[in-house]
Amino acid sequence: MAATTATTPRPTKRSIPWTVLPFAAILVALLLIAILAPLVAPMDPNTQNLLARLKAPGFQARGMTYFLGSDELGRDVLSRLIYGARVSLLVAFASVTLSGIFGTVVGMIAAFYRGWTETLIMRLVDIVLSVPAILLAIITVAVLGPSFANVVIVLSMTRWPRYARVAYGQTLSVANMPYVRLSRFMGAGWLRLLSRHILPNIAGALIVVATLEFGLMVLFEAGLSFLGLGVQPPTASWGAMLATGRNYVATAWWIATFPGLALFLLVLSINLIGDHIRDRLDPRGR
Amino acid sequence: MSHPLLSVDELRVTIGGQPVVDGISFDIAQGEILSLVGESGCGKSMTAFSVMGLLPRAARLSGGRVMLDGTELSALTETELQALRGNELAMIFQEPVASLNPLMKIGRQIEESLIVHRGLEGREARRAAIDMLAEVGIPEPEIRAGQYPFELSGGMCQRAMIAMALICRPRLLIADEPTTALDVTIQAQILDLMKKLRDETGTAILLITHDMGVVAEMADRVAVMYAGRVIETAPVDALFARQEHPYTRLLLKTIPRLDGEPKETLPVIEGLVPDIGQWPEGCRFSPRCPLANDACRKAVPPLASRRDIGSTACWHAEQVGAI
Ligand SMILES: Nc1ncnc2c1ncn2[C@@H]1O[C@H](COP(=O)(O)OP(=O)(O)OP(=O)(O)O)[C@@H](O)[C@H]1O
Ligand code: SF4
Ligand SMILES: [Mg+2]
Repeated sequence: MAATTATTPRPTKRSIPWTVLPFAAILVALLLIAILAPLVAPMDPNTQNLLARLKAPGFQARGMTYFLGSDELGRDVLSRLIYGARVSLLVAFASVTLSGIFGTVVGMIAAFYRGWTETLIMRLVDIVLSVPAILLAIITVAVLGPSFANVVIVLSMTRWPRYARVAYGQTLSVANMPYVRLSRFMGAGWLRLLSRHILPNIAGALIVVATLEFGLMVLFEAGLSFLGLGVQPPTASWGAMLATGRNYVATAWWIATFPGLALFLLVLSINLIGDHIRDRLDPRGR
Repeated sequence: MSHPLLSVDELRVTIGGQPVVDGISFDIAQGEILSLVGESGCGKSMTAFSVMGLLPRAARLSGGRVMLDGTELSALTETELQALRGNELAMIFQEPVASLNPLMKIGRQIEESLIVHRGLEGREARRAAIDMLAEVGIPEPEIRAGQYPFELSGGMCQRAMIAMALICRPRLLIADEPTTALDVTIQAQILDLMKKLRDETGTAILLITHDMGVVAEMADRVAVMYAGRVIETAPVDALFARQEHPYTRLLLKTIPRLDGEPKETLPVIEGLVPDIGQWPEGCRFSPRCPLANDACRKAVPPLASRRDIGSTACWHAEQVGAI
């Protein structure tokens, strides 16, 4: 009982609450699986076996077990799910990062400089938000051709205004806070004001947007793949799996169910962790 | 040849074309505490912001000069001004808690000026910040430096703000109603601290206040403002002994004296402060002045020298004692 000698139990400030912990574990597991896909996938995700088409979970052939069943071309659903995690996570991560950074910078600049800069940026935001994302996607892919990189470009191009709007509104209110005023009076330049005083104070709101967007990006990628504008077959993505599985829901439920479940878990985990990070950014909440 | 540390000459500020500061002049000597008093809206803060070269977006500097130790500030570029702010010139405000970044530790916020102006970082800066916290009377400065603003009281936050302002040893500190948000005991402590720091470091202070009690306690000299102008200026003792402007007279008359009554903030004088752009012809105080006559309503009284110790802008200065 040596531990009880401490008079004041030090609060475990950095620990993650038990409500969030399992979801953090799921996210870490998904990330690891995505990174280590070639090592953990039991089969090649693109190898077809026309004799093992639409087999239920647990089906065995040639000494291999299809733990989550096989799809319409006889490919292993589990292996495709594992490789698909790569695509889904990478597309979502890359587009959230790109659009998040761009939108935040642009929104902060609009609010900080005001005047014609503000008008120009915020009108552009309105315009981009009013163009249907799918239309923009079709045009872009028509011009650039469908590929992984182009999916990220399309998603970033359509989604940055979300961050810009939030960054803009938040910066407007935070820039009027006495502490920002004080640091101007202490001789801080614009870069220091924006990066040290404004950004940390608007980060919470942006993280909430980013986590919601992350889930949306996974779904958008699925939508683009469904339309044939996303990652091209035979590359596995959860979206594409859902899209094809949709045709077989009545006869082979496992093709769409498992990617759907994975998607659900991923989005849920991200959102819960996002909430937690936002709370942690506020020192009062620690 | 000696010149004042700060010299403000015929300063003019407009908001939407309307003057809010209308030709203000005053000097502050090295180590002096000048108190700028006047009713709400008379342009005290705008005057302070002009000295710092940081007016709100809506306001414009439309005339006059601000000289700091012989350098004309209005001729400097924004970068040159930035190098002065927080370094030679510093300013503190009324809202001590809201003036500190809620997500930054106190110590880090005090170090900022050292990083910006001295290129000092790391252990050295941390040491200096902790020393500064001790200097402004914060107990356990090592612990406080590692805390966030919400963990400190209002008085502590005001001390921390003073520490931020003074860490680079500015020559002029502008304090815009620094104690208004604090309760009376803490107010007295903060004022004592400012006076003590002035005595030790020779920092001149431009103290903006509503409170004649604060003026009596702190100031070496007083400049009384009314509707965008300085209407009377004098050393504090001379001003409290004898006022030559009816407005100052009425301000001081309504203050309870030395009888232990709680200090009152700016007392109520009959009539309303005129809105900007609604200033009357002639003397701006004439609608509320008991001595006003036609001469007052016709021509603006100039700020005229008064027995070599101050100046007054009133046509009937010699009759003021009768009010
Ligand atoms: N951002 C602004 N936009 C428009 N008018 C303003 C703005 N800030 C101040 N004013 C006006 O400018 C005038 C001078 O304001 P200033 O803040 O200098 O007064 P003050 O003497 O500091 O008053 P207080 O004692 O209330 O702080 C006031 O009439 C005020 O209404
Ligand atoms: S000039 Fe006239 S109106 Fe103005 S303060 Fe003096 S006596 Fe009053
Ligand atoms: Mg003010």
